[in-house]
Amino acid sequence: MSSVRVLVGTRKGAFILSSDGKRQNWQVDGPHFGGWEIFHLKGSAVDPNRIYASQASEWFGQVMHRSDDGGKTWQTVGNQFQYRGEVGSHQWFDGSIKPWTFRRVWHLEPSPLDADTVFAGVEDAALFRSTDGGQTWEELNGLRQHGTSADWHPGAGGLCLHTILLDPQNPRRMFVAISAAGAFRSDDGGESWLPINRGLKSDYIPDPEAEFGHCVHRIALHPARPQVLFMQKHWDVMRSDDAGDHWYEISGNLPSDFGFVVAVHAHEPDTLYVLPIKSDSEHYPPEGKLRVYRSRTGGNEWEALTHGLPQQNCYVNVLRDAMAVDELDPGGVYFGTTGGQVYVSADGGDHWQSIVHDLPAVLSVEVQTLP
Amino acid sequence: MIRVILPAHLRRLANLSGEVHLDLSPPVTPRRIVDEIERLYPALRGTIRDAHTRQRRPYLRFFACREDVSFADPDQPVAPPVATGEEPFIILGAIAGG
Repeated sequence: MSSVRVLVGTRKGAFILSSDGKRQNWQVDGPHFGGWEIFHLKGSAVDPNRIYASQASEWFGQVMHRSDDGGKTWQTVGNQFQYRGEVGSHQWFDGSIKPWTFRRVWHLEPSPLDADTVFAGVEDAALFRSTDGGQTWEELNGLRQHGTSADWHPGAGGLCLHTILLDPQNPRRMFVAISAAGAFRSDDGGESWLPINRGLKSDYIPDPEAEFGHCVHRIALHPARPQVLFMQKHWDVMRSDDAGDHWYEISGNLPSDFGFVVAVHAHEPDTLYVLPIKSDSEHYPPEGKLRVYRSRTGGNEWEALTHGLPQQNCYVNVLRDAMAVDELDPGGVYFGTTGGQVYVSADGGDHWQSIVHDLPAVLSVEVQTLP
Repeated sequence: MIRVILPAHLRRLANLSGEVHLDLSPPVTPRRIVDEIERLYPALRGTIRDAHTRQRRPYLRFFACREDVSFADPDQPVAPPVATGEEPFIILGAIAGG
C-alpha cells in the first residue's frame, strides 16, 4: 500500500510526518536539527530516501544536510556557495548599492533525473547546482548576470530566489522566481535566462508593468502541462499559457488576491489551490477564517474549502514554500502555518484535519508519495 | 593540550560531547585553534568563520582567561594558561534572539 512522508521545515527544526495511504493516522518524528531554522527539505523523486535539507542560523551561517535513509540519519554536506565570476552588486532597500552577499538557501529542488543533482535557490538571489549529492555547489551565473540584475531590489524577506521549477518534459527548461525581481526562464539548462513578467501589474513599483521588479511569491505547474504556469504574486493570482511569455489575472472571486502559496492538484491540471491572506501589512487570513480556495477551472472561479479548518479567531500566515500536494488517489493537499499547525486533506481539499498543531512556525512543507 | 568549549549547537552538529581537546605546537593562536577545529570536524566549516571571508561570525565571540579576544589579532598567541590547557578557549554564541 502506498504511503506518504511529509517533510516540514520550521523555525526550530525539521519534522517528518508519516502515514499510510489513508492519511488519517500519523507518526511524528522530530525535531531534527533542534533549535535551527530549517528553511526547506525536499526528497529526490529518483531515490525517495535521498533528502536534502537547508539549515541556517544567524549565529552559525548555512549548513547543508543530506539523508540517504529517508530522514533517519543525516550527514553534513558542502556549505560553500561562492558566487561565480564578478560578484556584482544590486539595489538595497534605501536605494544604495550592495555587493551580492550569500546569506542562506531558501529552496532545494532535486533533479527528477539524477539523485545526485540538486538545485539551490539562495539569498542574495542566485541559482546553484550540485551534481555530487550536495558536496560541492556551482553557481549558474547566467541568471545573476542577466542585464537587469543590478537593478533588482530585495523584498521584505530579502533578495531571495525561492522558487525553482524543472520542466519534466524538457530537461533544458527551468523557471525560477525571485523576490522582488520577478520570474525568469531558461531554455538551455540554466545557462541563459529571460525575464518572463509580461502581463504582471504591480502598482507598488514605479512602472507597474516593468519587465522586472515584481514581487512574485510562488509559481507552480502541473507536470503533464508544463507550459501552463500559475503564480501567486504579492497581490494578484496569475496564469500563463505559454511558459511565462504572457500572464493574465485569474484572481476572480477570491476574498483577497494577496497570498504566498499556489499549488496544482497532482491529477487535475486545472485544479489549483491558493490561500488568501488579508493584505501585505496584515499577514493573516481575511475575517480570521482559515480558508483554502480551490479552482477547478484553471482560475477565476474559486470555492472556499473550510471543513476542518478554524473559522474564527485564526491569525496565522502560510508562507510561500508551505503548501504541497501528494500523488495518491484521491489527491492529498497539505499546508503548514506560522502558528505551527500542519493540515492535510486526503480528498483534494473537501475535508481537513491537523496532523500537528503545536510545532514552531512552519517555513516549508513538502510531500513524498512512497510506493 | 588546548581545551576548547564550543556552543551546544556546534557540539551537536559535530557529534561532540564536552570539550574539544587539540594538540597544537606553539604558537597557539585563535586562527590556528579554529583552523584545527575545522580540520578535525569538517561539519563545522563555515559555522565559526564565514567560509569565504574567514571572518569570525558576528554572533560568536572568543574568550580566553575571562577576556574577550574576539577583536584581537587572530595571529597573536593566546594567554599561556590557554596554551597549556589550564584554562579553556571559549567560543560563545551571543545570547540574543528567540
